[in-house]
Amino acid sequence: MTSPMQLISPALAVDGGHIPVVDPSASTGVFSLMWLVVALPLLGAAILLLGGRATDRWGHLLGTAMSLGSFAISLAMFVALTGRDEADRSISQHLYDWIDVGGLHIGMDLLYDPLSSLFLLLITGVGSLIHIYSIGYMAHDPRRRRFFAYLNLFVAAMLMLVLAENYVALFLGWEGVGLASYLLIGFWQHKPSAAAAAKKAFVMNRVGDIGLALAIALLFVTFGTTSFTGISELSAGASESTLTAVGLLLLLGACGKSAQVPLQAWLLDAMEGPTPVSALIHAATMVTAGVYLVVRSNFIFELAPHAQTAVVVVATVTLLWGAVLGCAKDDIKKVLAGSTMSQIGYMMLAAGLGVAGYAFAILHLLTHGFFKANMFLGAGSVMHGMNDDVDMRRYGALRHAMPITFLTFAMGYLAIIGFPGFSGFWSKDKIIETALAESWLVGLLALLGAGVTGFYMTRLMLMTFFTEKRWKPDVHPHESPKVMTIPLIVLAALSVVSGVLLLGDWVVDWLSPVVGHAAHHDPPVPALVVTLLAVLVVACGVALAWFLIGKREVPLTPPEDVSFATRAARNDLYGDAINDTLVVRPGAALTRALVRIDGTGVDGVMAGGPAQVAGIAGFLRRAQNGYVRTYALSLLGGVLLVVMALLAVNL
Amino acid sequence: MDDVTPYIVLSSILFTIGCVGVLTRRNAIVVFMCVELMLNACNLALVAFAKQHGNLDGQVAAFFVMVVAAAEVVVGLAIIMTIFRTRRSASVDDASLLKY
Repeated sequence: MTSPMQLISPALAVDGGHIPVVDPSASTGVFSLMWLVVALPLLGAAILLLGGRATDRWGHLLGTAMSLGSFAISLAMFVALTGRDEADRSISQHLYDWIDVGGLHIGMDLLYDPLSSLFLLLITGVGSLIHIYSIGYMAHDPRRRRFFAYLNLFVAAMLMLVLAENYVALFLGWEGVGLASYLLIGFWQHKPSAAAAAKKAFVMNRVGDIGLALAIALLFVTFGTTSFTGISELSAGASESTLTAVGLLLLLGACGKSAQVPLQAWLLDAMEGPTPVSALIHAATMVTAGVYLVVRSNFIFELAPHAQTAVVVVATVTLLWGAVLGCAKDDIKKVLAGSTMSQIGYMMLAAGLGVAGYAFAILHLLTHGFFKANMFLGAGSVMHGMNDDVDMRRYGALRHAMPITFLTFAMGYLAIIGFPGFSGFWSKDKIIETALAESWLVGLLALLGAGVTGFYMTRLMLMTFFTEKRWKPDVHPHESPKVMTIPLIVLAALSVVSGVLLLGDWVVDWLSPVVGHAAHHDPPVPALVVTLLAVLVVACGVALAWFLIGKREVPLTPPEDVSFATRAARNDLYGDAINDTLVVRPGAALTRALVRIDGTGVDGVMAGGPAQVAGIAGFLRRAQNGYVRTYALSLLGGVLLVVMALLAVNL
Repeated sequence: MDDVTPYIVLSSILFTIGCVGVLTRRNAIVVFMCVELMLNACNLALVAFAKQHGNLDGQVAAFFVMVVAAAEVVVGLAIIMTIFRTRRSASVDDASLLKY
């Protein structure tokens, strides 16, 4: 029996394949519009935030138009990019010199290559659909304009992140995403829980950001540059220990943004935001940033096998962690949040597997973006019809009341569990296959995760759309307006068909200029067997859910006499308790101790000295008693002292 | 070279009497007279040393002391008069308000 480390590392080493160097050409033609992709939503956010109430009436339309404009440019650039040679598909645009001090030269440069092209389409495409959906979902919210301003800011920040040509510009987008997510999670700021969730997300993201900031600093110290072009050229010359340190720091950053263990606790609380925000965070922006970071930094991770191993371990833990959470939650959005965590775990796993996995990580990211946005918006539609109730125990039999929501949600459901033919089937199957080829242990755990996914998603489907009615008395479910259902239909269609990206290994070839060609590995078992096995495991999960939930009556209140595992999962696997014990409480104790040291020690020294002086002075001033004779005596004493001293010196 | 020891001894005795008087007496006039006694003891010593060294430096200094003492007597007596007028007493211990 060898350790998991040894099982993974030999395959993770760069096996002959070279790491592509980022070598962009200057932007011409349609590519010179690249800056507009970021600028449009940013402009929208600025107009809506600065315009104030004057923009209330048409603010949501402007926001949506800006996002659609970005999408149009992204699409045009994508089409133009497909027409180019494979070697010529990396384009950069220099906007202006951003920072230029001493040896530090950072330009505001954008980089458009096959990797960012796919991200651009996902962010602007799904983002636009979420904008359209929000027009209906937020129709009755008095602060709708502000909501659209924040949505635009979110999209702009994410686009900045994926278009950046150097780590500092990426960091700008990274922080922008953090800010926008804070504003949106806490959008209903009158709810203390929303304000707390926003703060939690912000603080936990900062922990990850420390990692990214340190990684950037280390990269600059090592290579003297922060641009992808420069670092990808020089990375082969750096020592492995440095690259491992950079890789681990980048992983910490990715953990924060992508809600990977141990920085996962904010994701479930982030459900406090309006549902379109959850869809945006989980599908198009934010949590995918960590995966992007790892894939983009392939020139570092490929040379740091230990960091890659760490990525795989974190990802595997997270994919099971999220899946377990999803099994026990009754809040429909929290189940979906748990599933996001789990699916992001799959992406990170693929990204951690190196060249063989990068393309599949991105493929799963895209398909997940479609079906998760679809399901989140579907959940929003359900909540819309159920008076904003999120408790699945009060749902049931909604398939008749909301046929469109049900059908679109079912497409997303079939996609996420990996029903043969649907998009999730292709992408997840490839990840499991690659994982099995690299390490059977990780592969089996990923397979197990797929089974658990089948279980909790079926549970969600059954409790929401099937079984008997358990509605609250005053609830009258109804289908949502067209402005909400049309995005659902589009996303459902994408959830079904986006597996075609894998047709003829298109996505692998498309991304190979960025992430390199994988040397061919023979999996330990034929691919077909893996596929059948995956389908079988998922079927087991689905069947289990059917027998445990579909065949029984769903109680209105969660049963109390449950196993330890269920109780742990209901409590987020004690993630908050762990954070409290390991970080919050020691931190609070440290603070208290410091306050005490400050109060007694520092203040004691500062205030004690003067107090002593005052005390001595109070004693000494007794000498000033007002009697002339006493003064005369002290004068005489002084004179005698001086005379004695003179005599002592002279004799 | 004359032997001036008796003068110095006398001067010391006078100074000591003045000193003890200043420290022990309460009447301001008496204290004042004791101060004068100390000054004159110093004058005697100065003159005696001048004689011993055979030059006039000490005698000149004695004149200075006399002039300053005269001026001081004027101011001092005026103060004592004022104190006596306001307090009906010339005791130095009574005038002890300027203290801690």
